[in-house]
Amino acid sequence: METAWVIPALPFAGFLINGLWGRRLPKKFVGWIACGAMGLAFLAASRLLWILLQETPTGRFWEPVYYTWIRAGDFQVDVSFLIDPLSMVMILVVTGVGFLIHVYSIGYMHEDPGYPRYFAYLNLFASAMLLLVMANNLLVMFVGWEGVGLCSYLLIGFWYEKQSASDAGKKAFIVNRIGDFGFLLGIFLTFWTFGSLNFREIFEAALVRFPTGDAVVVGITLLLFVGAMGKSAQIPLYVWLPDAMEGPTPVSALIHAATMVTAGVYMVARCSVLYALAPFSMGFVAMIGCTTAVFAASIGLVQNDIKRVLAYSTVSQLGYMFLGCGVGAFVAGIFHLMTHAFFKALLFLGAGSVIHALSGEQDIQRMGGLRSKLPVTFATFVMGSLAIAGIFPFAGFFSKDEILFETLMSGHWVLYGLALGGAGLTAFYMFRLVFLTFFGESRMDPHAAHHVHEAPRTMAVPLMILAALSLTGGWVQIPGIEGGRVFGAFLDPVFHEASQLLGHHGGATHPPLWLEGALMGVSVAVALAGIFLAYGWYMKDPQRPVRAAQKFARAYRWLFHKYYVDEFYQATVVNPLKQAAESTHQWVDRRFIDGAVDGTGSAFRSLSAVVRRIQTGLVHHYALSVLAGACVLLLFVLAL
Amino acid sequence: MAVPVHYYLIVSALLFGIGVLGVLTRRNAIVIFMSIELMLNAGNLSFVAFSKALEGLDGQLFVFFVMVVAAAEVTVGLAIIVTLFRNWKTIFVDEVRLLKG
Repeated sequence: METAWVIPALPFAGFLINGLWGRRLPKKFVGWIACGAMGLAFLAASRLLWILLQETPTGRFWEPVYYTWIRAGDFQVDVSFLIDPLSMVMILVVTGVGFLIHVYSIGYMHEDPGYPRYFAYLNLFASAMLLLVMANNLLVMFVGWEGVGLCSYLLIGFWYEKQSASDAGKKAFIVNRIGDFGFLLGIFLTFWTFGSLNFREIFEAALVRFPTGDAVVVGITLLLFVGAMGKSAQIPLYVWLPDAMEGPTPVSALIHAATMVTAGVYMVARCSVLYALAPFSMGFVAMIGCTTAVFAASIGLVQNDIKRVLAYSTVSQLGYMFLGCGVGAFVAGIFHLMTHAFFKALLFLGAGSVIHALSGEQDIQRMGGLRSKLPVTFATFVMGSLAIAGIFPFAGFFSKDEILFETLMSGHWVLYGLALGGAGLTAFYMFRLVFLTFFGESRMDPHAAHHVHEAPRTMAVPLMILAALSLTGGWVQIPGIEGGRVFGAFLDPVFHEASQLLGHHGGATHPPLWLEGALMGVSVAVALAGIFLAYGWYMKDPQRPVRAAQKFARAYRWLFHKYYVDEFYQATVVNPLKQAAESTHQWVDRRFIDGAVDGTGSAFRSLSAVVRRIQTGLVHHYALSVLAGACVLLLFVLAL
Repeated sequence: MAVPVHYYLIVSALLFGIGVLGVLTRRNAIVIFMSIELMLNAGNLSFVAFSKALEGLDGQLFVFFVMVVAAAEVTVGLAIIVTLFRNWKTIFVDEVRLLKG
């Protein structure tokens, strides 16, 4: 584990090579470097997991220290990592899913002139993300946090010649800045309170010093959660994520579905002790998560851009993860994070394959009937949809069900009901997507239809691997069976203190099996109802959605325009800020600052207009003044 | 019989005064130059006089330095005057007054 640094260092080396010399290297080599770096990082991570598993469950905790970054008085920040089951899961997801998406990108980005730049950014992203999840203190985590934000900006605006893409990049960056500001304040408050930023030291001190519900801990956790709202796209800062779909599709899969946006969930889980000490924050997290889950799902119902539907779905699924964390089921939240990384990466890559096949078409109203033309994409996409809808035995079933179950167990009836409804919406909009894209009559542009082709092998193989993971990924956490909670048992030591504080059952005194089984039945029934409804609306009677849209025109308009949230922000935040900036420019900048600068200049000009008469240009005058000066000096000396 | 030192100093002061007047009143650059030489040599005279009166060699040593500096100054000064004449066709300093406020 002393060599754990190679895991983030490998992608960084790939970034340096491709970033510095990528344009002069052959294309094939660029792709090999980028994927090789990720593949090696994944192997190193697997080896680390192997070493970690040799330890006893409570001894799986390493803090390799590399060097002291800051030392001032008692305050010290090291560049050091924290390797424990939680960060291990994240490392494996980032390197594993990241590697598959890198391989996919070789095929997807093949024609793009910015090929080396793309891979350089992608590697830089992976490196920053690994730094984020491996950090053992808030400051190093913040470096990674900002690093992934930067890469997100660069990759959303990758096709920067396109106005909408560069706008979306800026929007993502600025909205994230708001969250990061809260996060930074949280770090300051943590430092002010504990005098340290090291996770272990903070948690130990917090357990000793603060009773449950102390205002300081509530403040810290809420501020940190503001950061998570920005990065993980929760209400009210979710608006950047749907626009982030302007980036290349593999970027959407890697950054805006599988890894970066889950950083907030990871951070909350990492600070589980602090959150457990602040019940108010926990409730807040759960409420925001649940609201976002349902809110985003409802918008996803009527969107027509295949990637935007998936984007709202991501926002919604992130809400579920926060719901899990908020009700104290950190394991369930992280579990859903992992399975979501599998199936959402798969869905995005599948969508990318469709877009690739249709020469850039993203509107599902202009697709249809692609099932026979894109068999691999179709099969894998359906598997991903079944997984996200929560159909047994796909991965999403186990993780989402655990969140729902834990929500109910913690006594949040209302949240459970909402989340269950959201699950139904999820199933509906996903299968709406499947039916409109792959079934029915072709509504394609005849020109595009002519060129439709199945994905090349570099794209198809990652799809198949991810499809397999979407199917099997949930089997590491099977409830109700002896020894079925492999994943939970692995993570439990990390959340030990938090679950003790929350008085959790911790898997030992399990609630009755029949209840769990019954709730599973309810979840699957709701998901199947959603799918069946989608079938009835979009397969059997394609005119029905149109009629419904006409009948509920107002509701449809609200959903279609995403509740007018963007317009609302534009009117209440963006425009007033712009006006304030404009008047500051006019009054403070132009009048005050420019006036002071110009005033200094003109004052000296008018002063010099008087003084410069002395300078006649006549040598005699100068000689005379030298003489006069000499005489004055002489008199002065004599007078002394 | 030795002449008292203040006689030399009076002559030196007179020479210096003539030099100053020359610099201040004459227009011709070469005459100004000569006046400067007069001032330098007034200084030299004082040096030598003091050297004799105080019975030390320091003053005479300084005179050599002054003469070297004067020689160097003449070289540069004459070069400037020649260039001035080539460009302006004049060596009257009050006609050359571009550098003014």
